[in-house]
Amino acid sequence: MDDLLINQFLLLGAILFCIGVYGVIARKNTVLVLMSIELILNAVNINLLTFGALTGDVAGSVFALFIIAVAAAEVGVGLAMVLIIYRNRASVDLDDVDSMRG
Amino acid sequence: MVAQNIFFYAIAAVMVGAALVVVTSRNVVRSALALIVVFGGVAAQFIILAAEFVAVTQVLIYIGAIMVLMLFGIMLTRARIGRDVDATNDHWWAGVLTALLLAGVMGYALVDAWGDDPLPADRQITLDGSNTSAVSDSIFAQYLIPFEVVSVLLLAALVGAIVIARKDR
Repeated sequence: MDDLLINQFLLLGAILFCIGVYGVIARKNTVLVLMSIELILNAVNINLLTFGALTGDVAGSVFALFIIAVAAAEVGVGLAMVLIIYRNRASVDLDDVDSMRG
Repeated sequence: MVAQNIFFYAIAAVMVGAALVVVTSRNVVRSALALIVVFGGVAAQFIILAAEFVAVTQVLIYIGAIMVLMLFGIMLTRARIGRDVDATNDHWWAGVLTALLLAGVMGYALVDAWGDDPLPADRQITLDGSNTSAVSDSIFAQYLIPFEVVSVLLLAALVGAIVIARKDR
């Protein structure tokens, strides 16, 4: 209990990742699904920085920054798509977006 | 090191609790506010991992920009702010099953691979005594091309979002 363990951070990341996966599968509102994806990306960032601290390489920080930038782009485009789905169908429920069902 | 452990577990408990609120709350705005708590906790864990530049960026981008976008999305789709909605679909049990299975596999793999290995006590990556210098030196030398590609990606996403969401078509 004296030192910080690698597994503390990795397991925290794994738990956040699993909670995010549950949210992506179980949520009905599109905005809530986007939020769950953000949870997953944050879990990955924790892992990257943990391994960066373990190996003493700054690449972990650099790639975490890249993920943050890509997440910003993803949220922008994702919310634009949510808006146009809402405008066309007056609903953001994923169950209503089923026009490709066979 | 004991103080770091106490802070780690306190922050981690808050983060996991808030993350559970994000995926289970029946109120969309409450989910968004709980997500802000998770992002703040992640920034605090970055500080414990001695990566202060990423922590500050996390606060600026995630809490400052992405959450504002999310709240705008909630507002513009009029998801009945303040009132409860049925936000979980019929096959939520599949999500529970997948998440538990994934947690079991990853937890076993992590404990098996790393066990009780400690993080190095001197884990701050610095250049001239500054973590920010080390990050910027790496971005603008070794990772210059990916950095430029990310800026083009952000521009493309910006233009794409405007084209998708505009009204006059």
